[in-house]
Amino acid sequence: MNGQFRILQALMLTAGFIFLYAPIVILAAMSFNASRLVSVWGGFSTRWYAALIENEQLMHSAWISLADATLSALFATILGLLAAVSLARFGAFPSRLLFFGAIHAPLVLPEVVMGLALLSCFVALGVGRGFTTLVIGHVTFTMCFTTVALLASLRECDPALEEAAMDLGATPFTAFLLVALPQIAPAMASAFLLAFTLALDDLVIASFATGPGATTLPMRIYSQVRLGVSPQINAMSTLLLGMVAVAMGAGALILRRGARRSRRVSVT
Amino acid sequence: MKKAQTLSRGQRLVLLAPYLWIVAFLLAPLILILKISFSHTVLARPPYRPIFELSEGLAGFWTKAQTFTFDAYRVLFTDSLYINAYISSLTIAAVATLVTLLVAYPFALAMARAPEKWRPFLIGLAAAPFWTSFLIRVYAWIALLKDEGLINKGLIALGLIDAPIQMFATRFAVVIGIVYSYLPFMLLPLYAALERQNPALREASADLGATPMQTFLRVTLPLSREGIIAGVLLVFIPAVGEFVIPDLLGGSDTLMIGRTLWNDFFANHDWPTASAAAVLLLVLLIAPLAALERMRFGQKDLRP
Repeated sequence: MNGQFRILQALMLTAGFIFLYAPIVILAAMSFNASRLVSVWGGFSTRWYAALIENEQLMHSAWISLADATLSALFATILGLLAAVSLARFGAFPSRLLFFGAIHAPLVLPEVVMGLALLSCFVALGVGRGFTTLVIGHVTFTMCFTTVALLASLRECDPALEEAAMDLGATPFTAFLLVALPQIAPAMASAFLLAFTLALDDLVIASFATGPGATTLPMRIYSQVRLGVSPQINAMSTLLLGMVAVAMGAGALILRRGARRSRRVSVT
Repeated sequence: MKKAQTLSRGQRLVLLAPYLWIVAFLLAPLILILKISFSHTVLARPPYRPIFELSEGLAGFWTKAQTFTFDAYRVLFTDSLYINAYISSLTIAAVATLVTLLVAYPFALAMARAPEKWRPFLIGLAAAPFWTSFLIRVYAWIALLKDEGLINKGLIALGLIDAPIQMFATRFAVVIGIVYSYLPFMLLPLYAALERQNPALREASADLGATPMQTFLRVTLPLSREGIIAGVLLVFIPAVGEFVIPDLLGGSDTLMIGRTLWNDFFANHDWPTASAAAVLLLVLLIAPLAALERMRFGQKDLRP
């Protein structure tokens, strides 16, 4: 590789990462700005964080979002596992194609269309909208992502191992539980996290599926953002970004340690 | 895979929960939308007159079928608001996808050619923003693009411009927003396609006398085709139906179909038209996808 290419490569990487991270860094920096104006630096201050804690509406919505994301991710992971097992292990059962297509549809379905469909359905059934319908909407939305992730991971497991367990007298259920499940445990964790993040972050489907009393955090942020830039939203965003950064750092550390351990095991 | 087979009782039990869920909360609602799109608008709640109810049976269906109306679809094809919204959504999404590809390709190439021990770190850093809030990332651009925002301030301070350029509330801002938000979706498949290319192929091309540019155009680029197709689809499809970005960064005249749909549903309470628009959007998105799948399967059939 020649030197010219190396310089170009370094430039490209720098420019790319600046484009990706500069807006986020500026956003976070502005949350410590004492001035209300975005373009004027009025000195360092944490007043917007203090205002945030006193904002009961926002805090209430934060709890709703957290509870919704946890529950939705839990259901989506369980349903996703069942769906992935059916698709990976049950052969060509009748109506498999319909099931396969329907499970994957939300990947290409615009969120607005899905939200609209869910809302019309709830209205037609006469179901009052609120926290329950919010969770239903998010499970439906995130289920396809968990299924795809778990299906990929299940396909990598060798079915011969389960067959061996069954030859040794295990029922199909026990064989799956003791042989396949431990192998796909990391994929289950990442599927849960993916569903959690998607549900936590979603604005469009939540706006259609939820009702009074269950306003999510993105909905609050959205309605405030429409009124203009506010440092309090910057503070909220910085907290959320910080949490994601900590979670990702911890995840990377765990993965690394796990990799090191498995390497040690394979050496010995 | 085995031939079509029936399932054992245990297997049926496993399949039951996800199957019922997807039928009840995805397929049934989508069919309902199709039904509403053929209904008349009324000022009531729900704001449409039902075409038929399951309880009425087949006989009821046929009498009610007489009242099917294509009014909502007629509106879509005659109201310039909708026609413009569709055209504008497709153009903005296409331009944004092209820009994303042009930004992502050299970036992904630079990462794929980095020393091997650095690569996992680089790709992790590039994918990390995906895990942060989409809404917050779009919001971050408002402060940058506004007339009194940082980009305009910086350009004026550098003496490049005298008066602020209007960027916020334009189509330009929407394109920037899409490029920024969807960049990881383009980067990952491109990186995957470029990283697994065998360096020996490029060396062979150079040994045969090709310039670096010729090697890129005739070896690297064609071999990354799968990554390009995947990335383009992953960006273009969600971008067409995008609501948040045009709503926050676009002007009141920046029409996009996702936004028009949202307004019809929440502000105008015109459910039949909104449903018809949703059905048409689905057809627009799924038809090219199905065609592409067919094309790829067709190629696979040709090659052994």
